[in-house]
Amino acid sequence: MIRRLFIANRGEIALRVIRTARAMGITTVLGVSSADAASLPALMADETVLLGPGPSSQSYLAIPAVVAAMVAAKCDAVHPGYGFLSENAAFAKAVSDAGIRFVGPDITTLEGMGDKLAARALALEAGLPVLPGGAAATREAVHARAAETGYPLLLKAVAGGGGKGMRRVDRAEDLDTALDMAQAEAQAAFGNSAVYVERFVAKGRHVEVQLLGDGTHSIHLGTRDCSIQRRFQKLVEEAPAPAMPEEARAGIENAAVRLAQHIGYRGAGTAEFLVDATDFSFYFLELNARIQVEHPVTEAITGVDLVEQQLLIAAGKPLALTQTMVRPVGHAIEVRINAEDPDADFRPAPGRIARAAWPAGPGIRVDTHIAAGGEVPPFYDSLLGKLIVHGASREEAVIRLQAALARIRIEGVPTTAGLHARIASDPRFAAGGVDTGFLTGLAS
Amino acid sequence: MNEDLPLTAEDVAEIAAIIEASPYRELDLSTRRFRLRLARADGGEAGLTQEWQWAGAAPDAAVSAEAEHSADPDAVAAPLPGTFYHAPQPGALPFVTVGDDVGPETVVGIVETMKLMNPVHAGRAGTVAEVLVPNATMVAKGQPLIRLA
Repeated sequence: MIRRLFIANRGEIALRVIRTARAMGITTVLGVSSADAASLPALMADETVLLGPGPSSQSYLAIPAVVAAMVAAKCDAVHPGYGFLSENAAFAKAVSDAGIRFVGPDITTLEGMGDKLAARALALEAGLPVLPGGAAATREAVHARAAETGYPLLLKAVAGGGGKGMRRVDRAEDLDTALDMAQAEAQAAFGNSAVYVERFVAKGRHVEVQLLGDGTHSIHLGTRDCSIQRRFQKLVEEAPAPAMPEEARAGIENAAVRLAQHIGYRGAGTAEFLVDATDFSFYFLELNARIQVEHPVTEAITGVDLVEQQLLIAAGKPLALTQTMVRPVGHAIEVRINAEDPDADFRPAPGRIARAAWPAGPGIRVDTHIAAGGEVPPFYDSLLGKLIVHGASREEAVIRLQAALARIRIEGVPTTAGLHARIASDPRFAAGGVDTGFLTGLAS
Repeated sequence: MNEDLPLTAEDVAEIAAIIEASPYRELDLSTRRFRLRLARADGGEAGLTQEWQWAGAAPDAAVSAEAEHSADPDAVAAPLPGTFYHAPQPGALPFVTVGDDVGPETVVGIVETMKLMNPVHAGRAGTVAEVLVPNATMVAKGQPLIRLA
């Protein structure tokens, strides 16, 4: 039983966790930076504790400060949200050493999945297909791998995430330069310059499977398609993955469960796959051992509160859900409304929100921490809120999305809302099943 | 602070459906904690919008410093708010020092905003006369960073 939950995050996900914790009768304690002291989550939490100044290295990422705050607040569990310390094994260990439950998987899982090469090896053990490629410790080894995979290929950071340290290489003569850049970026972002090689799939779709496990049993909650991305970061997500044969979808879902079962997964997690848009062959990419930004589309079609499931599993309860109890209904689409300028290469745009009018109505959910007068600090990511629509069919969801986007009025900072309106009205998007090259090809 | 129940997304959707089926244009609800305005959309689109205001949700004065700087034609201004750095990484040499000649495209520093590094370009040819802001300082949009001669 969790009584006092520390929330080691900010923004919309902090609010999201507070909402479910409150419904479960759990007291919430939010750790905030000074830049977030007057934020909406700070207002909504039962208690707040100041972690430090605005920059996240001195607040949300400062493990000693965060652990000291939850100990002082006498919390018995911590929800790390996504990003920040959510998949940090050292943080999970410090939390556990302090006698506090970490709402997330076991430390060994975090260690195994944090290293992308180790995750690849575990997936192979579980019988999942992975892309041709693999470890390459030296420049010679990178060239040898490249000769195996052929071009184009991707260089990826072993400690990677969020597209950092990732480089596409089209020709052998570009390999050395790209390798230098990928290693430098990986070193700067993760403190680890190691990279590995993977074949690049020309027409790839990004499809992921929501998993829940209690350490003994694992189930899936269906697929999400997140192929529309900028800088390898997602902008639009939908559930289930559209325009895909039922047997292909089932194959991916079963593979994900096989992996979760193989590693005795505990908590909510997401197995990411690259799907070849031409023949639906699929390859395991990575397992995200946390709640995802795009979890609401799965909640919309399954009716399952994923944060509640996380808290129940963290409290030691066995999964009450079985695979046959999960019956997805309809189709859901989420768009990320970010404070950035799509016409200026998605340049981030912090500032004060003069007005925030979000759509409202049946089949519409808005997860946001932004209201009129609110400040978007320059220290954190640019997500202002998520608009999620749900319809009986994908067609209905797309129409609902178009109508909802036409009503958004956010003033004070540029946002991605207009770009989303263009995406939603694009005939290829309406047809469904676009690949990761869609946004580059979208006429402005 | 949670004496009154917050409205869930489902509550808002239900209230919106009631208004849509009614002759009313909007609902404006104020409590001690929040004000919610549910209204038919501007410009004749079908459907409703929700606008929230929260009592006590005031921005932190320290980070909300708006750019109120006189336009100094000799200064290179911050293109956006964030943390101003003199060098590409800790310990590295600064991009420019006093006395350096620069061209319009010369990078004179970087501003880190929302986890992205944005180069600051000199914008015109000249000579660096003064670096106005210490390394790793929070700057507002438009704040003068470097004076050119």
